[in-house]
Formats: sequence, C-alpha cells, structure tokens
Amino acid sequence: MRQYVVKRVLLYFPTLVLISVLVFLLMRVIPGDPAIQLLAAGGDASYTEEELAEKRADLGIDRPIPVQYVDWIWGMLRGDLGLALYYQRPVVEELSPRIPITFEIAFLAMIISIILAVPLGIVSAITQDSLFDYIGRGFTIFGISVPIFVTGIVSIYILARVFNWLPPFGYAKLWEAPWENLQQIFFPALTLAIFQMNFTARVTRSAMLEVLREDYIRTAHSKGLRERVVLVRHALKNALLPIFGVAGWSLAILLGGSVIIEQIFVVPGLGRLLIESILQRDYNLVQGVVMVFSVTVLTVNLMVDLALAWIDPRIRYG
Amino acid sequence: MVSPAEQPRAADTPLQEGQNPVANAARATGKAVREFYRRKRLGAIGGFIFLVLILLIPIGPAVAPFDPYSPHGQFKYAGPGTVCNSESACRENFGKTFWLGADQLGRDTLSRLLHGAQISMRVAIISVLVGVTAGALIGMASAYFGGVIDLVIQRLLDTLMSIPVIILALAIVAAFGASVTNVILALVIIFITGSGRVIRAQAMAVRETDYVLAATAVGAGPVRIIMRHIAPNCAAPYIVFATANLGYAVVVEAALSFLGVGAPPDDPTWGGMLAVAGNNFIEVSPWLLLFPGLVICIAVFSVNLLGDALRDVLDPRLRGAT
Repeated sequence: MRQYVVKRVLLYFPTLVLISVLVFLLMRVIPGDPAIQLLAAGGDASYTEEELAEKRADLGIDRPIPVQYVDWIWGMLRGDLGLALYYQRPVVEELSPRIPITFEIAFLAMIISIILAVPLGIVSAITQDSLFDYIGRGFTIFGISVPIFVTGIVSIYILARVFNWLPPFGYAKLWEAPWENLQQIFFPALTLAIFQMNFTARVTRSAMLEVLREDYIRTAHSKGLRERVVLVRHALKNALLPIFGVAGWSLAILLGGSVIIEQIFVVPGLGRLLIESILQRDYNLVQGVVMVFSVTVLTVNLMVDLALAWIDPRIRYG
Repeated sequence: MVSPAEQPRAADTPLQEGQNPVANAARATGKAVREFYRRKRLGAIGGFIFLVLILLIPIGPAVAPFDPYSPHGQFKYAGPGTVCNSESACRENFGKTFWLGADQLGRDTLSRLLHGAQISMRVAIISVLVGVTAGALIGMASAYFGGVIDLVIQRLLDTLMSIPVIILALAIVAAFGASVTNVILALVIIFITGSGRVIRAQAMAVRETDYVLAATAVGAGPVRIIMRHIAPNCAAPYIVFATANLGYAVVVEAALSFLGVGAPPDDPTWGGMLAVAGNNFIEVSPWLLLFPGLVICIAVFSVNLLGDALRDVLDPRLRGAT
C-alpha cells in the first residue's frame, strides 16, 4: 500500500508542474502587449515610450519568461495569483467568492445524478434485455447526445414559462441563507445532473452486468442466499468500484459543464468568470481560473485513486 | 489484388466478374455495408443520417432559400411558415416562405441552419481526422519506442487530460483568438490526447506479437514496422474512436459558438443560433431554440448510434463500456 501511495503521489507533482507550465505558456502565446492594451483602454491611444516601459515594469512583463514563471509559481504558493488586469484587483479576490458557488453546483449535481442514475443502471442490468432495459438504454444514449446547453436552455425556458421561475440576481451564501442558496443552485445543478446521469447510468449498468457474471455471484446464489442479499451485498458492493472510479472524470465533465450552465442561468461562478475574463482578454484571470479547475480535477483524481487502492487490494498490488 | 499498373490490359478485354479492382472494392464495401445494416440497423441508420448532414456541406448553400446574412426588418421573429410578402423588405426574396421562422434580425432560420452545417460538419470532420490521426501516430510511436519517449509523451497527455475539455478549449481559444480555425486547433489538441492513449494501448499489445518480432528480425526499420505492421492492426480502435468523437466535436464546436468564442456571431452556426435564442429571445419565439437544438441533437445522436454499433462490431472487448 505504502509503495503504491508513494508512486501515485510522486506522479501528482510533475503533472501539477507541467500543467502550470502549459497554462503559463499558453497565456504567453497571446499576440499583443497587455501594457499597450491597458494604456489604450485608458482613453486615447497616445502614450510615451517611458509610460509604456513603466507600465511593463509595473506588470512585471519586462522580465524574461522563466523569471516571470518562477515569480508566478512563487506567488501562487503564497496564495497570490497576480493582478486581474481588467478589474485592477488581485486575482485571488476575484476567484475566492466564486469558487464555492461552482463547486456547490458541481457537488450537488453529482449527488443528484448518482441518486437518479445508479438505481436506473442497476435495474437495467438486472432486467437485461427487458423492455425497461431497452427504454433505459435508449434514454441514456439519447441523453448523452443532447448537449448541455440544449438541456440548459430548454429547462430555463420551461422554468420561466411554466413555473414563472427566473434566475435570481445576486447570490445567497450557503451558510448565511441556506434555503435561498438552495433555491438558486438547485435548477442549475439539476440540469447538469440530467446531463451527467446518462454517463453514470451506463457505467453502472455495464459494471453491474460484469459483476453479475462473476463466479462468486453464482456461488452466492447456489448457497441459497436471498436475491436481495446477493444483489446488494455481493453484486452492488463490487459494482460500485468502477462507478466510484470514474468520479474524478465525472467531476471534470461537471466542471466543464458548469461553465455553460452558469452562463445560461446567470450564476456568478468560476465558469462565468472564465468567459468574462476571456472576452475581456484578462489573461492573469484566465490563467488563475484554469489553474483552479485543473488542480481540482487533478487532486480529486489523486484522492479517488488512493481511495480505490485502499478499498480494492487488487489495485495496490496489481 | 490487381495493381493499378496492370489495369490497361484489363480495359480492352471484356471484364469478367471479380477482375476489376474498383468494382471489386465497391462490391466488397457494398457487402460490408449491407452486412453492417443487417447486424446493426440503428447504427446504419445513424450513419446514413450523419452522411446526409455531411452532404449538406456542398448542398446546403445551394438549396437554402434565403441568403443567411440578409435581414428582413419586418419579419423579425416571424413564425414558421410566414410568407415574405412585403415588397420593400423582401426585394428579391418576395414570395418566399420562412419555413422554420426568422430570427431577431429577420434572417431565415432554415437557410442559416443549412449554411451552419458547413461550419459544424467541417469543424467536426477536419478536427477528428487531423487530431485522431496525429494522436494515433504519437500513440504508436510512444508504444513502439517505449522508455523515456513513452514516459514523456504519456505524462504530457496525462497533463492535458486533467484539464476539463471545455476549459482547455476555452483557454486555447483565449490564447489564439476566437475563430473557426482556432476551434479546430483546440479540438485537434483534445483529440490527440484521447487517441494518443487509446491507440497506444492497442499498439503496446501489437508490438509484442510474433509478426512484429519477425519484421524486426528481417531488418525492418521503425517507420516500416509502425506503418506496415502496427498501424493496420490499430485500425479498429482508430475507427471506433474517431466515430465516437465526431459527435463530441459537433458538441464542443456548438458549445464554443454558444459561449461566443467560436465563429463570429454573425456567421450561421448551430451553437451561435442557440445562443441568440437562449440569451434574450426565448420569451418571444421558441422555434429559435427548437430548430437549432434539434439539429444539434440529431447530428450527435446519429453519429453516436453509428459509433456504438461500430464499436460492437469492430471491437468486441469494449462492448458495453461507455
């Protein structure tokens, strides 16, 4: 176990560094000088060479790229991601109020999708090739084909037209006003979940089908165990592993989906911030948001892998 | 198989069945398609629908009744079936019908959808072909050479994969600018990471086979071994992966256009049309949302059906996996 943990954790850090290098370099590919943009944005396009040089020194972009990178990383370790160019406020201040919103939606969506999908997948697998299975499978194949922005627009249309529900302005904090908060994030989360559940249901169904063919299930049956005990104790327990195993990957999809959902439901989360900062060409901010997303996915994947190894000895010895 | 150089001789003697390579290939393809249809009816239908959508690239603009850019002031939000009956607003389009309604500038929805196929389908096909092929080459090289090369390539792919797809695409478009070309670039990078891993897994298994060992023994170089021996045996996962991701490419392109960072907003794209519908105009005219949404779903659904069926036929080990 220890060997596996060390190996897995050691893989985490190079990937983390590589991501930061990639994100950093990507943002340096951009044509155009942010200093010129800032000066030009201040009104007329007339500025002197000195002003430009001063601005560049101000932003720290007159130094060599490796120095800038090390500086950025060093700042990040101390919780400083630089200055959001458009808002002229620290990136961290822009990010921190939005992080809980996006994560809350993703988390709630994951829970809803599991509640909807796991029973569907299990029943589908138990009653393989029955009418229920066919309908369930048809539903999930179709569900995967409906992009999240279509689901999103359709649901907001239905909510607005039928239930007179409109996305609220502002955002209530979970700890201060839990009920308002839930009202605000429930529909975005539900929409994400309806999209996500199709994957989860398919994974559950195939994992369950595989497990049901195992020898120990036949053994359990022949021991005369009741059907329910066989299914819950022996089959489901083992089928949950692959479902849990794709959790990190699901989270990546959910976080990606949240960008679109936040745009549709006007949620002031990270995804909306990303789109805004791209449209405002605020690269420090883009850089910060992308880092938050990737570090989260990477970390959750690490934790999932470690947890799986802890639950399933075949992985740590395999 | 007769080589093309021998063809002239065959041309002046009456052809017997099975002699003409072109006819042979056509007959074999036809047989494979019929067999596929017999075994996987839904998949074949999906493939047929997607083929029709691809054919819209050349045909769409020709059959579109209106110019997709020309606004008709009086016919903003015109419902489906409205006839353009105002001499001043319609000019050369006088008497034509907005079969699927018109948008907020009075542009014909049907024409924009037909033109939109050009961007959506072209982006999907180019990005999948380039991305999956490049990924396959990288994956095969990675598997064949192994060692440090393999390690570096796989770490790089791992890293790219840990950034959520839409966010990676957004970052790339942010860096290089919003345009159709850069959407293709983003998709290519995404597909390289996926196919690089999928094809590598297959190539690892092929590399250990006796015929690769035999090829090495007779002195074949890396390029020859990869292209002549490993590549043909990676064809099945390649085809499956490419088909499965065609629908994905349509979705990501539409998502980027929807978010306003894909094609310019005036250009007719399916995702862009939805964005207009979604932002403000939903109360006024649901068909602005219905038709582009439906077209995107049909495109993705059809190619997903095809991909699922191809996977079952070509790659039995993956059957039932998502």
